[in-house]
Amino acid sequence: MTRVVAFLRSFLPPLVFGVGFLTAWELVVKGFDLKPYFLAPPSKIWEMFTTNFDLIWGATKVSGTNALVGLLVGAAFGVVMSLLLSRYKVLGEIVTPLAIALNAIPIFVLVAVLNNMFAITSEVPRRIMVTLVVYFIVLVNVARGLTQVSPTHVELMRSYAASEFSILRKVRVPNAVPYLFTALKIAAPASVITAFVSEYFGGSQNGLGSRIASNIANSKNAVAWAYVLGACLLGLTFYVISTLLEGVATPGGGARRGKRRTRPL
Amino acid sequence: MSAVDIRGLGKVFNQGAANQVDALVDVDLSIASGEFVSLIGPSGCGKSTLLRLVANLLEPTSGSITVNDKTPKQARLDQDYGMAFQQSGLFEWRTVAKNIELPLELKGWDKSKRRERAMEMLELVKLPDFAEHYPWQLSGGMQQRVAIARALAVHPPLLLMDEPFGALDEMTREHMQSELLSICRRTSTTVVFVTHSIPEAVYLSNRVVVMSPRPGRITKIVDVNIEGERTDATRDNAAFFAGITAVREALRGVEMSDHVRGIEDR
Repeated sequence: MTRVVAFLRSFLPPLVFGVGFLTAWELVVKGFDLKPYFLAPPSKIWEMFTTNFDLIWGATKVSGTNALVGLLVGAAFGVVMSLLLSRYKVLGEIVTPLAIALNAIPIFVLVAVLNNMFAITSEVPRRIMVTLVVYFIVLVNVARGLTQVSPTHVELMRSYAASEFSILRKVRVPNAVPYLFTALKIAAPASVITAFVSEYFGGSQNGLGSRIASNIANSKNAVAWAYVLGACLLGLTFYVISTLLEGVATPGGGARRGKRRTRPL
Repeated sequence: MSAVDIRGLGKVFNQGAANQVDALVDVDLSIASGEFVSLIGPSGCGKSTLLRLVANLLEPTSGSITVNDKTPKQARLDQDYGMAFQQSGLFEWRTVAKNIELPLELKGWDKSKRRERAMEMLELVKLPDFAEHYPWQLSGGMQQRVAIARALAVHPPLLLMDEPFGALDEMTREHMQSELLSICRRTSTTVVFVTHSIPEAVYLSNRVVVMSPRPGRITKIVDVNIEGERTDATRDNAAFFAGITAVREALRGVEMSDHVRGIEDR
């Protein structure tokens, strides 16, 4: 009973707000007789979403696959690189300014360049784009987790005559795990967004981003919105999965990390 | 046999640089096996530095140290000492038992032997029901007890402690002091204990080493002559108060001499 109440307490306010917002939207469009090319009502968007579901699902799979591949490859590269950086300080001094410089480039322009390098129908440039974005997020966070270990932990390990490798394995890596999941939580929605935006720079017209663009170009406003809804759901799915993974992978989940900040052990 | 032998020890940080600090000069100290010795003094007197030199976490600039008749480095490699800090330093991703097992893991003990020893240590610190708990589920005092259990897990002859009870409230602190004494009595462990608290130093120690800063050095060693086993009743004992007075006076001497020298400098 109390669990039901707690559930309602946490879900009711956003639910009420959401329903209220959509109702207001619907009423404004109807009441002011807004033209469909200006703003489509939610009911129309939903209708387009259901009638075009197969097409939207197909486009979602294309963008979703690009995002997922980029997310996994970027995370893997990020983890490996941060391990190398924590081990070889010189490498850090070389790579860090480079990483900052690369990050300063408005990276989406790279897609245009990458599109030139691969076949016009290739998904590779988009995946490389996602990989790059995810790579930096993961690298920065995990490197922090590997280096910002408690000095007491390091002194203890040295008092146990532990090797640098033991310290890495038993202190630095476990310490970096929550940082990795924080990075993934930021990177997951970012990978979806990057996958969409990459589609605006040419290539196959098969993903959610291209479909939104082409439908707007054809004044099919409601259909474009239906694709936006699909994009929202995809981003949300990525986020929820990364949050669930965090709960499974770290004992005590988020509560532990909250505790750690307020009370050093 | 002496557990720790220190001769003419000196430690300089940032030698030759503008911010050179004489952390310790000309320290002589011999600690007998089974003895409980406290290091006390104001901030910057080098008491933590001295402890870290014994632990081979720092290298001395001059002089010599032997631990268990070995070089500090050899003693460290042989895990001849256990260490505990003000922050319990428990690994929050490991259970209590796994925390205690860590030094054994690094020594290459097999799993069942490790677990057996961890349970034995948890009995010793009176936390047998908390093996599978995580550190953040424990109170500060309990965390510190786990840290002590971990420091003693390899049954080291020497225990080095850097203000281990500094972050605890007064009640827990007094309780932990009695617990520590009883544990050390049962395991006949030699202890070097860094503290800021005069009553804590006197209650625990056979000898209190009073240190002073700029440069860090030993100014006086106070013998504490409390007869028999130390219990909570000891805190009302005349010998306990005599010890506190002696340490306080030694510390006051530290401040006075600094003050006088400050005037002479001008």
